[in-house]
Amino acid sequence: MEQLKNIGRELAIGSQGSSKEFLELVKAIGEAKSKAEEERLVMEEIEMLKKKIVEPDVPRKRMKEYIVRLVYVEMLGHDASFGYIQAVKMTHDDNLLLKRTGYLAVTLFLNEDHDLIILIINTIQKDLRSDNYLVCCAALTAVCKLINEETIPAVLPQVVELLGHQKEAVRKKAVMALHRFHQRSPATVADVISKLSMKIMHDVDPSVMSACLCVLFDLISADANSYRHLTNSYVCILKQVVEHRLPKQYNYHNAPAPFIQIKLLKILALLGTGDKGASNNMYNVLGDVLKKAEPSGNIGNALIYECISTITAIHPNSKLLESAAAQTSRFLKSESHNLKYMGIDALGRIIKINPDFAEEHQLAVIDCLEDPDDTLKRKTLELLYKMTKSSNVEVIVDRMICYMKTLTDSHYKTDIASRCIELAERFAPSNQWFIQTMNQVFEHAGDLVPPKVAHDLMRLIAEGAGEEDEDADSELRSSAVESYLQILVEPKLPSLLLQVICWVLGEYGTADGTHSAAYIIERLCDVAEAHPGDDVVKVKGYAISAITKVCSFEIAAGKKVHLIPECQAFIDELSASHSTDLQQRAYELQALFAFDSSVVGAVLPFDGSADDIEVDQSLPFLNHYVKSMLSKGAKPYIPANERQAATTLASQHVESYVSSHSLRFDPYEKPQMPIMALTPVTTLQSDDQSIDISQKATQVFQPSFDADTPSSEATRLRLEGVQRKWGRPSYNNNSASSSAGAERSTNGASNGLDIEKASGGKQGIVPQEPKYVSDRNKQPEISAEKQKLAASLFGGVTSKADSSVRSSGRSQKQASTNRHVGTAKRMQTVDPVDSRAQASLPAATAPPDLLDFGEEEVAIAASSKDPMKDLEGLFDNTGSVPSSQPTAPVTNLPNIDLMSLYDSDLGLGSGLVSSIRVPDMIPENLPNNDSGDRLTVLDGLVTTSGAVAGPKVQGETSASSAIKKGPSLESSLEKHARSRQVGVTPTGPHPDLFKDLLK
Amino acid sequence: MIHAVLVLNTQGKPRLIKFYYPVRAEKQQDIIRNVYKVLSSRADHLSNFVEAADIFGSETKLVYKHFATLYFVFVIDNAESELGILDLIQVLVESLDRCFKNVCELDIVFNFNKVHTVLDEIIVGGHVVETSSSEIVKAAEEVFKQESFTDMIAIALKSTGKR
Repeated sequence: MEQLKNIGRELAIGSQGSSKEFLELVKAIGEAKSKAEEERLVMEEIEMLKKKIVEPDVPRKRMKEYIVRLVYVEMLGHDASFGYIQAVKMTHDDNLLLKRTGYLAVTLFLNEDHDLIILIINTIQKDLRSDNYLVCCAALTAVCKLINEETIPAVLPQVVELLGHQKEAVRKKAVMALHRFHQRSPATVADVISKLSMKIMHDVDPSVMSACLCVLFDLISADANSYRHLTNSYVCILKQVVEHRLPKQYNYHNAPAPFIQIKLLKILALLGTGDKGASNNMYNVLGDVLKKAEPSGNIGNALIYECISTITAIHPNSKLLESAAAQTSRFLKSESHNLKYMGIDALGRIIKINPDFAEEHQLAVIDCLEDPDDTLKRKTLELLYKMTKSSNVEVIVDRMICYMKTLTDSHYKTDIASRCIELAERFAPSNQWFIQTMNQVFEHAGDLVPPKVAHDLMRLIAEGAGEEDEDADSELRSSAVESYLQILVEPKLPSLLLQVICWVLGEYGTADGTHSAAYIIERLCDVAEAHPGDDVVKVKGYAISAITKVCSFEIAAGKKVHLIPECQAFIDELSASHSTDLQQRAYELQALFAFDSSVVGAVLPFDGSADDIEVDQSLPFLNHYVKSMLSKGAKPYIPANERQAATTLASQHVESYVSSHSLRFDPYEKPQMPIMALTPVTTLQSDDQSIDISQKATQVFQPSFDADTPSSEATRLRLEGVQRKWGRPSYNNNSASSSAGAERSTNGASNGLDIEKASGGKQGIVPQEPKYVSDRNKQPEISAEKQKLAASLFGGVTSKADSSVRSSGRSQKQASTNRHVGTAKRMQTVDPVDSRAQASLPAATAPPDLLDFGEEEVAIAASSKDPMKDLEGLFDNTGSVPSSQPTAPVTNLPNIDLMSLYDSDLGLGSGLVSSIRVPDMIPENLPNNDSGDRLTVLDGLVTTSGAVAGPKVQGETSASSAIKKGPSLESSLEKHARSRQVGVTPTGPHPDLFKDLLK
Repeated sequence: MIHAVLVLNTQGKPRLIKFYYPVRAEKQQDIIRNVYKVLSSRADHLSNFVEAADIFGSETKLVYKHFATLYFVFVIDNAESELGILDLIQVLVESLDRCFKNVCELDIVFNFNKVHTVLDEIIVGGHVVETSSSEIVKAAEEVFKQESFTDMIAIALKSTGKR
């Protein structure tokens, strides 16, 4: 009796499906007053389940209950992964209820790439062979969700077998499982699928057939041509369906198997597209479907809409199109929003074939556009987008912009903004309108528009309509300037629009003479102040560049520029900015004031943005120099690819270096080295270099070293992590900055030319590189010779430094601002974004960028790609050597001690950077003339000493490494260790870097 | 194809979620929130379709129907017919109604495994395999019957085993 009671109670619980606890949990969560309370309840539940679930000997019934609760908890968004394994176990159970619960939980919990799936495969295999068709069904449902590409072969044979199962429920699920396999990995099931498409289609059971249609629809949409021969059988099936040949239970609201009809219509649309013969066969049956569908019910309209889609997709038939049009009109006039929606969609299809059809529905379309239903509005705008012609573009784009203003959803806003832009670009009736439209788009969706659009707009303003009608162009520009001056009043403009505004005001603000330069400058100063935010650096950059241009146009025109105090304050602020980019721009601007009009006019020509900058890549002006150098015995330039062979040793070195990159378990050697390295004098003496050389060196180094530790320190801090890219060219830099002397004295030349010279200077060194490698190979023999050369070089250094002191002292007196310009120009050569500099580099392939504001991030990103490639490009183009002055160091340097330099490059940062950055600091830290001179000494030292003892000024630590010779693993390890200590990882995240360096 | 079936109540609590493509759990919650936000902002008489490119990617739509306290939402792509799916929701609800005798939100909460069973009869792997509500109910009831039958046997066996 007791037992019977027990059975009865358990049965009662079982039939109810859930326990009292679960009921209470759901109820408590339902009554929870706040999200926090709900959270707390769920967390309690999870804690409880975590404990209970691992208890030994949990009855299976109870476990099922726990799993159901786990599913519930996970549905509420909490992690239930601790219980996944229990769900997996439950699929093994023989009890159907438990097994199904297990499968349900597993399909809800796990994705196809989960680790636990491998534990279920065996169960699934077993269940697919089960006698109980419900077990098969459960397994097949799980297969659809869980089987991934790797596990398909494990279950494929069983699934294929189930296609012939006597129960139609199993057959159709097997079809779907196969379809999933096909989606995941078409190759593994290709042959099965091709058989399936023929055989299963003729299944007696309509539901299996309908499942097959899903598969076939996907197959046909992937490749319609291989299924065209089946068109007639589909037409035949559709005919039978329409004629009520299917069993009664497939009727839905009196329509015969409407879902099957819809699938068939979709398939026919695919097959009939562009196939006149196939389309001909369909006309009759399509007419039948259209006729028999009842327009009163939802499903009837679904059929009608599907018919319209098919009719408009296949080869057109005028009679069918007519009735499709009539039905579309009915949809559009309907009260139901759903039908209106379908009507707008259908209208979009019909006007593709017959554009005139839209006209009679204008009013209906306008109604839909005004409708409060967002879905309908969007659909209508989509239709309008398709209908746009040059005659209606203004209205439509206006509508779109109005709608865009109301949107908050950035995804759709982006979409509609890009559509506005596209339409405006395609159909714009006038440039004026185009600019105004663009302004509106920028204003309301500026942050969502791709930057290219802004560039295009600026290009349009710069180049005009492309016709040689200067008047119209300048009129366009004036109107653009006017409109932007108006827009500037508004707060919170997106930075892209500000970019355009600044650019246009900079280029054309004063062009037509309506506005004075002072006024434009004032407005530009306001721009930066009025728009603080994340992009403030960029915006200030735009503004200062524009101001620079306005000023330079004024100077070039011979007018005197009086800076208003506001502007002066702005420049001062930027001169002290943390952003080196802004600093540079501010100094560039200040430098311009020192020149006369002809120079300024050459530097920033009016309306020069649209002009192409031509670069003669062969650099013919260097030919003479090359010839003279060759006659003096210099080695001819060897192109990079031929150099490869000579550098095998070097690359071996790299390999050892790179391979040491992966996890290394051996300790770093001699961790005390860095401390020693702090005293460069001792290390120099300890080396086999002759003492008197090192003494000379210290004489030279010591004072400057002491004097400039702060600035070099600062430089290093700033550049860590970035600078190594520039590491290798440090010896290039010798010439670059020694030719910078030349640059300083030849400042009068135009900008681009200077840059070419600078890059020419860089090239000059390269031909020597192979020699250095071969020098390295026969290191022992030539060491004496090398010492001699080193000595002469050191001597050269001192004398060179002296002379540079003298010469730069002179030049400093002559034009103190020249220095800034020289600096700035050198900066430009390493700033690939700056368009003018970029255009002058042969390696630059991008079309000249209309923006000449270098954006900092971009600059970094671009330069981080591979600066060496650019340089390499330069090397490849010419075998020339730099301009005249720095002959001696250039020819001597590589022979002597490039190796040590190279070593130090590997170990640590770079001479190039230091020599670029150090002068960069000058204006800020040491503005007076005296220290300026000293820095020039330093400058000279950096460049030349780099060859001997590495970037000494930059980091003491490199000094010792510099004089170590040979590519021994030991030394590289040491360097690694050392540089770790100073915070630079030599190998860093870009092991390939060294490949570049050694190329 | 059908990407997902969601049943939410009018307060935004999920009552049943089923995705036919892999979605991480956090993302699922995100989706539910977004879907609810969209649906709750829509008035009753508006159309039953919402373009959902921002939630599910381009070319996807939500087709939803509002019953008493519940939203039934199907996420579909271009290969499905909007109006057809709307009727499929009707089929699903009719089937549930027959299974539970006057279905209400609580039935779905407490018996969501049964609801899954019904749904699995209609949609397999994101495709509609059965559209006749009588067939669906028949199949689901077969499952329930067998489940409780094997259950009864198990309980009986256990009890007799104990004795």
